Amino acid sequence: MLDFSKNYFDLFGLPVGYIVDASSLADRYRDLQRVVHPDRYANGTEQERRLSVQGASLINEAFETLKDPVARAAYLLSLHGVEMDAQNESTQDMAFLMQQMELREELESLREQAGPFETLLDLSGRINKQITDLVAQIAMQFETPNDEQLQEAREILRKMRFLQKLRSETERVEAELEDRLN
Amino acid sequence: MALLQIAEPGQAQAPHQHRLSAGIDLGTTNSLVATVRSGKAETLPDPQGRHLLPSVVRYRQSGIEVGYEAKQSEVDDPLNTISSAKRLIGRGVDDIKTLGSQLPYDFVGQQSSVPRIKTEAGDISPVEVSAEVLRQLSERAEGTLGGPLEGVVITVPAYFDEAQRQATKDAAKLAGLHVLRLLNEPTAAAVAYGLDKGAEGVHAIYDLGGGTFDISILRLNKGVFEVLATGGDSALGGDDFDRCVAEWIMQQAGLDENVSPGMVKRLMQAACTAKEALTQTEQTDIEVSIEAGESWQGSLSREQFNSLVDPLVTKSMMACRRTLRDAGVSVDEVQEVVMVGGSTRVPRVREKVGELFNTKPLVDIDPDRVVAVGAAIQADILVGNKPGDEMLLLDVIPLSLGIETMGGLSEKLISRNTTIPVARAQEFTTFKDGQSAIAIHVVQGERELVADCRSLARFELRGIPPMVAGAARIRVTFAVDADGLLSVSAIEQSSGVQANIEVKPSYGLTDQEIETMLRDSIAHADQDKQARSQREQQVEAERVIEALQAALAEDGERLLDAKERQQVDAALETLRNVSKDGDQEQIKNQIAELEKSCGFYVERRMNQSIQQAMSGHSVDEFEQ
Ligand SMILES: Nc1ncnc2c1ncn2[C@@H]1O[C@H](COP(=O)(O)OP(=O)(O)O)[C@@H](O)[C@H]1O
Ligand SMILES: [Mg+2]
Repeated sequence: MLDFSKNYFDLFGLPVGYIVDASSLADRYRDLQRVVHPDRYANGTEQERRLSVQGASLINEAFETLKDPVARAAYLLSLHGVEMDAQNESTQDMAFLMQQMELREELESLREQAGPFETLLDLSGRINKQITDLVAQIAMQFETPNDEQLQEAREILRKMRFLQKLRSETERVEAELEDRLN
Repeated sequence: MALLQIAEPGQAQAPHQHRLSAGIDLGTTNSLVATVRSGKAETLPDPQGRHLLPSVVRYRQSGIEVGYEAKQSEVDDPLNTISSAKRLIGRGVDDIKTLGSQLPYDFVGQQSSVPRIKTEAGDISPVEVSAEVLRQLSERAEGTLGGPLEGVVITVPAYFDEAQRQATKDAAKLAGLHVLRLLNEPTAAAVAYGLDKGAEGVHAIYDLGGGTFDISILRLNKGVFEVLATGGDSALGGDDFDRCVAEWIMQQAGLDENVSPGMVKRLMQAACTAKEALTQTEQTDIEVSIEAGESWQGSLSREQFNSLVDPLVTKSMMACRRTLRDAGVSVDEVQEVVMVGGSTRVPRVREKVGELFNTKPLVDIDPDRVVAVGAAIQADILVGNKPGDEMLLLDVIPLSLGIETMGGLSEKLISRNTTIPVARAQEFTTFKDGQSAIAIHVVQGERELVADCRSLARFELRGIPPMVAGAARIRVTFAVDADGLLSVSAIEQSSGVQANIEVKPSYGLTDQEIETMLRDSIAHADQDKQARSQREQQVEAERVIEALQAALAEDGERLLDAKERQQVDAALETLRNVSKDGDQEQIKNQIAELEKSCGFYVERRMNQSIQQAMSGHSVDEFEQ
């Protein structure tokens, strides 16, 4: 059935590359699930049902990966033979790290502020802007990547991961503050 | 002389014969069944014309009563009359300790992980209570449709965890039903609503019933219903509103906590009546008889009522906000909010939902029936009556799945709101030289500490080949299917040895227990178990034969060469013969045999359909 050895781009019939058109990706995802999803085989044989669960799971995984700019970058790097150690490697860029520390402190001090939601909105706006900038930078590295550019992409990805983590913490704080309102 | 035309055995059935199916809304308070007839989905009434079936079962020595009849005995026979079983299903003995004080039952037996209620007719688990409700409704459908159901779709709250889903499926199994799919209630409502109104874009479904609350955010796009996020509280509903009012009455009447089970039921009923009255009027009188012929009289205003239930309404608002955030959509992007469930009739609820979403909530489809109708539409498609239909539901897992790591922490493997089905693998290794087994504890929930999450199951992997510590690489795959149910498989990578898995569900009935219950209920109905399981295998064989035949008719010519076709035909023929007079075991083996020998064809077909789906697009699309 589904060729599990195909890479995610091939699976969706997309050219291998960092720039992916979100709406075409979503269209293809839906078209694929329309034929593979277990609902299509609810009355089928056990084998069909098993295969379709596996196929649909793979398509979901592929979609999640290609949809998210950070996951997509990591995936594309691994297709180019660069495996990152997500847990243990981190950027050494001091300027960037300093900036991150400041953002983090800002986030922490929010909890004590009077009108925290505006600041929160502003903060997550800045985080998103930084991520968008890095997305543009990494896209350039992936255009016709040589070793040097792949290493550069890897460094950008480290930073993206940082910011992504910070973004989810921002969301957590937001949830906490909202809960406190009630 | 005209030749007689004789159809090949098994082919006599026309391929597009209408298959009977139903959608069942198994509610905390009320349940319904619906089905699609002549292209229209509708709920089915009982002979008295009533569509709702109270989810109440009374267990007596003389037999079992279900629905309105049972509900009448709630006050007089509270210990044997079980309502709101849905609040208990898939829960453990520990949960009952928290819920138990609110429930007027006698809980017994801690031998099993499943709590049981002591009744005149024996100790009953919530799964069995739900099975009775399901049985009653499926009989209603079969009576109306004039034949056995080939499959049903049963709805569950989107926020139900894995154990609660599994327990619901077990109940269906006990009732002898073939479950096509467990469908999330808000998704079912979205189907009924979306297809009715031709809606597109982002919608919210706010579903507040008797015992559960769900909020789902969906994107509707050309027949695809994509759930972006779901949230809720599987223990929040109209029952809790009643409890608030009942506590208020007790306070006013100067009653202490030690009231009899019958009194509790009377208080709850009076509270519920008052609550429902306040939906229409601003003020209502309450009268409750208190033990010795005395009674308490009072009056409750809507304003007072609002302040009693506001904490509950607020709780649901918080879940809405969190779910919107998870979905990554802002309030403005939500085009409409659909209200589902009896408790959305409460004016305060409508007001608050309207405020939050900045829009007037939609209440124009019957909030009682919409879930069952959606389930019926889905069942009709799944059972195979609408080949080529464009509708597709993509749902999510409501709570994160994790495994216990050192220090009692939960490491998330699959995070909440991930689209299902989903599979994730994790590698484990051994601690000690020669270690041959590993224990894994799977939990569900968002909290960091395992103790704060829900224990789902403990797995033991055995048969790991002896190696030095840390050398074994055991890849464990956790898969969640389209019903939201978990399965686990494991393989030792370097040797390729499949590790055996022994599952111990934390809160479910074991297969053994279900088997026993099935046997008991069959003995009860005076049926021969042997005959029954043989029949089940025959039905499965028929399903396999039909599926394969339909496939051959569609693309057998195109996808198979002569030799392959012969192989498939031969396998079909053998299965047909065996299923006619073989025993259960033989039929089962033959099905497996056929799946092996025709597997290549099934795979080829799926690939083909994928290629077709993709051929509509070309790579150029991306090069503009
Ligand atoms: N007019 C009404 N006003 C307020 N609450 C109502 C009204 N009608 C029904 N309810 C409440 O709705 C709940 C039942 O809703 P339902 O959707 O049938 O629940 P479930 O799906 O959990 O069985 C009960 O708590 C009931 O009291
Ligand atoms: Mg309901």
